[in-house]
Amino acid sequence: MSRNAKINGLLLLLVAALAVLPLALGLGDHKEEPFAGADAEAETAITEIDPDYEPWFSPLYEPPSGEVESALFALQAAIGTGVLAYYFGLRRGRRQGEARERERAGTDPGSGTGAGAGAGAGAGPDDDVAGAGAGRTV
Amino acid sequence: MHIAEGFLPPAHAVAWGAAAAPFVVHGARSLIREVREHPESTLLLGASGAFTFVLSALKLPSVTGSCSHPTGTGLGAILFRPPVMAVLGTITLLFQALLLAHGGLTTLGANVFSMAVVGPWAGYGVYRLLRRTGVPLMTAVFFGAFAADLSTYCVTSVQLALAFPDPGSGFVGALGKFGSIFAVTQIPLAVSEGLLTVLVMRMLVQSSKGELTRLGVLVTTAAGRKPAEPAGAVTR
Repeated sequence: MSRNAKINGLLLLLVAALAVLPLALGLGDHKEEPFAGADAEAETAITEIDPDYEPWFSPLYEPPSGEVESALFALQAAIGTGVLAYYFGLRRGRRQGEARERERAGTDPGSGTGAGAGAGAGAGPDDDVAGAGAGRTV
Repeated sequence: MHIAEGFLPPAHAVAWGAAAAPFVVHGARSLIREVREHPESTLLLGASGAFTFVLSALKLPSVTGSCSHPTGTGLGAILFRPPVMAVLGTITLLFQALLLAHGGLTTLGANVFSMAVVGPWAGYGVYRLLRRTGVPLMTAVFFGAFAADLSTYCVTSVQLALAFPDPGSGFVGALGKFGSIFAVTQIPLAVSEGLLTVLVMRMLVQSSKGELTRLGVLVTTAAGRKPAEPAGAVTR
């Protein structure tokens, strides 16, 4: 595993730890409804401050159940992830294509080319980027 | 977590809508200009919007024993400047208001103002300030994204405190109340958002050097020194 991949993995691990720790440490135990949404808590606070306040508008469409709601949230995340994955996949493919093209043409002088093209064909994503980057004159 | 539908008095709802509207219109103009002048950046714009889509769907538990979600607006603000995010953030908020009954149409103006206007500008401001003082790219990105996230929820707290001042302690008392609900909950989530934004920026530095250089995120120095930290360091 390259140094780059390790750092990326560590970043993900930290995010996961930040999400899991409050659950594992039982930080919601003092609440009637642990880990409810902050917006629902704000609604409660509003009715505490102003008991007479009535919301004057209700959502045009409300998911009929928690299941449907979580499905729609998952859909939102899936759309976003899909676009991001498409972007990074496309970029990687293009880079590999360019590296292969250079290898075939053999036009690019300098020692960086061999490393870039070779890594692009075989090795992990990180090495190939660094190699290609070094070979290109930007 | 946005202000729920109908939970801002009509006058406040209208005022925040009026405050947010010019930013969204200006943002739409700069978005159209960006796409017209640099069609190749459409993909990265889409990816920035997608990042806010993912992050604002992630409801995460926090130290306060409640849940909230990040906003994901820092990345796009750093890449394309804040006006563009006024549009992309509004699209995300509309999706959630219309389909998920999360946030709302009457509170859209207030939510756009906090998440799609103040958040991106605060994040961009912090990022630029740190970059100018010579802070490394990824550190500046982290604090920029952190500021974009946290400032959004500070504004939400102010908006609610203005609409619902505490009968005893007034605006300040209400601000403390809403702040402890939104802003404190948000601190660890803002750290998470900072880390995730750094992760995506690292991947962009690897995959989209040319694009980042054009956008001014990466600077090529005349001495031929590699400007980007992570990818350049690997080979040496």
